[in-house]
Amino acid sequence: MDSLWTFLQFKDATLQLVTAGTVLIAMGASVVGCFAFLRKRALVGDAVAHAILPGIAVAFMLTAAKNPLILLSGALVSGWLALYCIEIIQKTSKLSADTAIAAVLGVFFGIGILLLTHIQHSDLENQSGLDRFLFGSAASMSTADLLTYAGVALFLLLAIAGLYKELKLFSFNPEYAQVLGLPVKTIRRLINSLTVMAIAIGIQSVGVVLMAALLITPAAAARAWTDRLLVMIFLAAGFAAFSALVGSYVSFSATAMPTGPWIVMSLSFLALISLFIAPQRGLLARLNRQRLNRIKILTENMLKAFYNLGERAGTYQKWLTAEDLARVRDFTHAELTQGLRILRKKHLVIPKQSGYRLSRQGLDEARRVVRLHRLWEMYLTQRMRMKSDHIHPNAETIEHIITPEIEEQLLRELDFPEKDPHSSPIPYPQ
Amino acid sequence: MIAETQEVIPALEVHNLSASYQRKPVLWDVDFQLPQGKLIGVVGPNGSGKTTLLKNIMGLMEPDSGYVKLFGEDLEKVRHRISYVPQRESVDWNFPASVRDVVEMGRYRKNRLFKRLKAQDHQLVTEALERVNLLELSQRQISQLSGGQQQRVFIARALAQQADLYLMDEPFVGVDAATEEALLELLTEMKNAGKTVVIVHHDLQTAYEYFDWTVLLNTRLVAAGPQESIFKKELLQEAYGGRLTVLSKIGDLMARKDFPARETGFKEKEGLGDG
Repeated sequence: MDSLWTFLQFKDATLQLVTAGTVLIAMGASVVGCFAFLRKRALVGDAVAHAILPGIAVAFMLTAAKNPLILLSGALVSGWLALYCIEIIQKTSKLSADTAIAAVLGVFFGIGILLLTHIQHSDLENQSGLDRFLFGSAASMSTADLLTYAGVALFLLLAIAGLYKELKLFSFNPEYAQVLGLPVKTIRRLINSLTVMAIAIGIQSVGVVLMAALLITPAAAARAWTDRLLVMIFLAAGFAAFSALVGSYVSFSATAMPTGPWIVMSLSFLALISLFIAPQRGLLARLNRQRLNRIKILTENMLKAFYNLGERAGTYQKWLTAEDLARVRDFTHAELTQGLRILRKKHLVIPKQSGYRLSRQGLDEARRVVRLHRLWEMYLTQRMRMKSDHIHPNAETIEHIITPEIEEQLLRELDFPEKDPHSSPIPYPQ
Repeated sequence: MIAETQEVIPALEVHNLSASYQRKPVLWDVDFQLPQGKLIGVVGPNGSGKTTLLKNIMGLMEPDSGYVKLFGEDLEKVRHRISYVPQRESVDWNFPASVRDVVEMGRYRKNRLFKRLKAQDHQLVTEALERVNLLELSQRQISQLSGGQQQRVFIARALAQQADLYLMDEPFVGVDAATEEALLELLTEMKNAGKTVVIVHHDLQTAYEYFDWTVLLNTRLVAAGPQESIFKKELLQEAYGGRLTVLSKIGDLMARKDFPARETGFKEKEGLGDG
């Protein structure tokens, strides 16, 4: 914990710089990544990240210097070339997009590794540490590196802020953008360049192999939480910034630890959490919806059982036991216990030692469910021409989902029928 | 007088247009003109090249030969007068955007990059939403809309563009009866306001009731003209009685042999030429 405190104080100037730089780089990549994610170009990001390697190697071989601007230019050129190749392959051959991407990724990365190995075995001065581009090492960045990368990241963010609405339209419906006369080709080139740049500046701290994760994972995590593009972008940037802090902290407190993998670990963790607990889209929310559906179906079926028994007996005032209910429908023991408990809690049934009966509220609710069932059976026979001996199973499900609005429409379309296809009366509210 | 001369200019002229996908011809020298101020259907069976025709008109595809004039001009000159409603399935409705976000896109212009929409734009967007009856839903996420509502979003976006010629790709597909009726009413309103609406439509049954004019298409132009002249047994049979066997054989052959759609250097000559 001491190290966390020391880290958070940011007393060390180098630490300040490295952390701030990493955060900015991660934010830039995540914001650009939101558009790659929405355009379903996640794989292209991965291909570009790998394809950048030969560019860096060639730039180094030509200049024998590790000037960040020169390496960045090399990265941009080969990243661009890779995108261009993917596009050409797709256009001129009948190969599918994923084949084109995989081919380009493989060839470029292979060449990159070849060149890198060559450099390491050569007697070029200053060659040490080029392998950090593979896995990333934030601590190895010099002040000049950081300032350059942070500057580029800032430029990315500004470019996206400026062209936000056009990028939104372009990602949603590029053909329409073209019809409006927007400079679609320029926008496509721009967003490609932004992607290549975002990847290129992150390579040194995160590495070729994991860079695509920094591009796409924040967007995927953020998407789980919101349906608003702007909120999604800010959330993605927030997740990326937080993870950059985590990565910087880990590599600060344990010197041998690389930054990149920890950033990606943290991001993946956030994404996993998001996919679990996000409202609406999360797994838990979905499970909860399913649970609520199940309970609704169970309790409504029980109300119907009460109603059916009452309908046969000619009175709804009789006290009924769980066994009585089980005679009308195959409820399991557990279902009976759970269902009756819920109905009691909602005051839909009144308990007594000798059993249960529907409360007035419960009777109204039971009539509603039976009415929906019989109305739907009417609809199936009259509108969908189904035979009256085939309709029951369908109505058993649909009765639970019909809203008051749809009920009203059904009533109007069927002109308030009195009896269902099996000649049972349709109970209306009293 | 000016009004009269404008009426003479066709809203749309398609001249000898041929187009292909990966060398396979989809449209064979299609040639017709459409008048202004009408509701016009582009009708034909599946795979008859209706959408391809629309894409060529909107400059989304490069034709193999021929050209398109809109109000007597090239598309680039009159772009602001043309509006396009793509097929509903052509976009991912899971995109994080609200109804209003999408309709606002109809107000984006190339000379207003980097700029925010103006008060007047927002006004037009509100009016467009009102006309398609989506004002209450304007903040709703687009994935939560029904098919008919999504179609109305696209139409509102086109309305917000304030165009004179509207090109719609299958707007009646997957909409409920109520939306269909509202849509027809809106289209009639637009026509009465002097707009030209061209609608790609695959259902022959309804086409006769909906439109004033019809372009009957089946990879080649079968006929184009006012309803009465088109809805004749022979013409409909020609359009819907399957493709011409020789034509589709030649098309397949061209795709298989990577054959060019036109000889290089070929220029249309006046007169008979060497043919």
